[in-house]
Amino acid sequence: MPIYLFILKRILIAIPTILIVSMISFFIMRYDFTIGPIQWTTQGQTVTLLEKHHFKNPIDPLAELRQNPQISKAAYEHERQRLGLDKPFYMQYWLWISHIFQVNPSALAEGKPWAFFQPDLGKSFSGEDVSRILMQRIPNTLLLNAVTLLICWLVAIPLGVYAALHWRSWADSALTVFSSVGMAAPSFVVALLLALGAVKLGWPPLGGVTSDGFEQMSGFQKLGDIAAHLLLPVTVLTISGIAGLQRQMRGNLLDVLEAEYVRLARAKGLPENKVIYKHAVRTAINPLVTLLGYEFAGLLSGAALVEMVLRYPGLGYTALEAVRQTDTNLAMTVLVMGAILLVLGNLFGDILLKVVDPRIELH
Amino acid sequence: MLETRARGKYHKIWRELSRDKIVLGCILFLVGLYSTIVVAGFLAPYSEDFSDRDQAYAPPTPIFVLDEGKPSWPFVVTYERRFDPETYGFGFYPDYSKRYPLRFFVQGEAYKFLGIIPSRLHLVGVDAPARLFLLGTDMNGRDIFSRLLYGGQVSLTIGFLGLFVAFPIGLLYGGISGYFGNRVDNWMMRLAEIIMSIPSFYLLISLAAILPSGLASRQRFALIVVILALIGWAGISRIIRGMVLSLKEQEYVEAARSLGASSLWIITRHLLPQTTTYLIVAITLGVPGYLLAESGLSFLGLGIQPPDASWGNMLREAQDLSNIMLRPWLLLGPGLLIFITILAFNVVGDKLRDILDPKAKGRRA
Repeated sequence: MPIYLFILKRILIAIPTILIVSMISFFIMRYDFTIGPIQWTTQGQTVTLLEKHHFKNPIDPLAELRQNPQISKAAYEHERQRLGLDKPFYMQYWLWISHIFQVNPSALAEGKPWAFFQPDLGKSFSGEDVSRILMQRIPNTLLLNAVTLLICWLVAIPLGVYAALHWRSWADSALTVFSSVGMAAPSFVVALLLALGAVKLGWPPLGGVTSDGFEQMSGFQKLGDIAAHLLLPVTVLTISGIAGLQRQMRGNLLDVLEAEYVRLARAKGLPENKVIYKHAVRTAINPLVTLLGYEFAGLLSGAALVEMVLRYPGLGYTALEAVRQTDTNLAMTVLVMGAILLVLGNLFGDILLKVVDPRIELH
Repeated sequence: MLETRARGKYHKIWRELSRDKIVLGCILFLVGLYSTIVVAGFLAPYSEDFSDRDQAYAPPTPIFVLDEGKPSWPFVVTYERRFDPETYGFGFYPDYSKRYPLRFFVQGEAYKFLGIIPSRLHLVGVDAPARLFLLGTDMNGRDIFSRLLYGGQVSLTIGFLGLFVAFPIGLLYGGISGYFGNRVDNWMMRLAEIIMSIPSFYLLISLAAILPSGLASRQRFALIVVILALIGWAGISRIIRGMVLSLKEQEYVEAARSLGASSLWIITRHLLPQTTTYLIVAITLGVPGYLLAESGLSFLGLGIQPPDASWGNMLREAQDLSNIMLRPWLLLGPGLLIFITILAFNVVGDKLRDILDPKAKGRRA
């Protein structure tokens, strides 16, 4: 299958996935449901496992109007209708979804194709447009994840190769210890410790992606400023990332080095360098590329907690803010956005695999 | 006959495990840890919600073994918390006039031994008004050491409970999907993929955030277990499905089918038992994930709520960086325990996988 067809097919599959995710998140954040009571009667005694509990959307957009005596009943009803809150649950979902796909055909006629698609995701708790908040936050998360993945690969692959080639040397043992420690260290504790160090040293800056006065900086300074802000979250995330990846690369390479074709390459007198770097390492990297998609998924989740601790304004930080303030519109959208990023990440991983290893059949 | 063979298998696994000194150390540590939390009430000098407001943020209580240069029975002294006008902070000033010896097997606060037997016996304690805060206190003057023990009861069991809920769902779902194959498999796996395509931590905090606030602590704990399991089953089912797909081609399945066994019977009696070795490894390697998820959730204030203790919500006070700087005991106890526990589970799990599944990647130590 040609690659563009494959991409098209994957996107077509992704659409129902995203739709169902949107239903799930709408259900979680908006549906008022009741559980319990769970109880039973034995020998005339009633045992209650769980009392009746209401899971309710804690934000009532009409609460203020209802309390205000100056608002007439008719005005209240009018507002209720305007917000669509009088409609059944599924219609409310439809309203939310249809607003996302709002288009403005006149923009095309005016020669502004970028304004054609005008999603209206509703207002956040603070009165800001949800789409506006996301436009600021998503690039931050993508930047953080991309830099982390890049550094992980650049550091972990050579380390893994080195460890495999020096199997059971002291360096290999040291790396094994490092990877065990790195994988076990809880990211938020590491983040706290690094943040403490940053506060004591006064550098690197903590929280945000840019410093005050960012707009006045020259291009080079801007880059340095962003890099300094990325330093802490990237370090926390790479520690566990490198630990896992290094170990996998080492294991893969050790397996490959035992393969027949490596023995053949050696037997025919190929220089050892060529045997390792042209034959063995290449094959050993392949399975890691397959894992790239999953890695991205894990990273997206893992980064969320780190973003929250280090106050890095990415999608994870936004998600926490939203659920803490029960900012319904924002929380629903963040959940869907997270899923979209994840699906795109997986797709990207598959395409990369095809590029790295043309033998792979896409289907 | 079958039983002895099975016992022989586990015996062999145990022999291989115990040959590695590091792995053995990890197993002993975990066994010790779990036995500690079982008898937490007895070992903890104070109860979970004991609080002495006059001793907020008290540092670990020093235990003296020398009395004016001469060895003596270990004792502690009282401390007064006073405002220091020079530093604008609170300081703890010892009062050496009276000594309070450590007492073993003392009567103290009431608790339930093993959760059933009411008891007042504590391993160690001192007479009031002196306090024995082995690892200091938190903002409310609660004893961190005691709370670590009680918190362990939550943090260390949530993994097993979560897996206990997630595994049956994942096993059955993956088993059915793999056994029937084709269209059923296609649809069922698509659903699992949808669950997996939501970044798990985002889903976790959204679900935790809608828990009603009026829940009793046990119910909240149970619901968090359910939430964790709801997120975890999809990954398990995918792996089980892959295993069943290859297992079902084998002859004994065909034999069972020709004998007229029902599909459910074949899945639960013939196919799923083949996955036990995977289960053992998956449980050992899965517990740390649940421990991390719970502590992360509680750390953010969405999981176990104070006054109940969990290692995650004990770290909550460490979010304030000045707290870590001035009172490192707030971070060190729970942070180190989480780290070492995960490390131990990972080491044992990796070794188990090497023994049970020699084809796994990255095996050579």
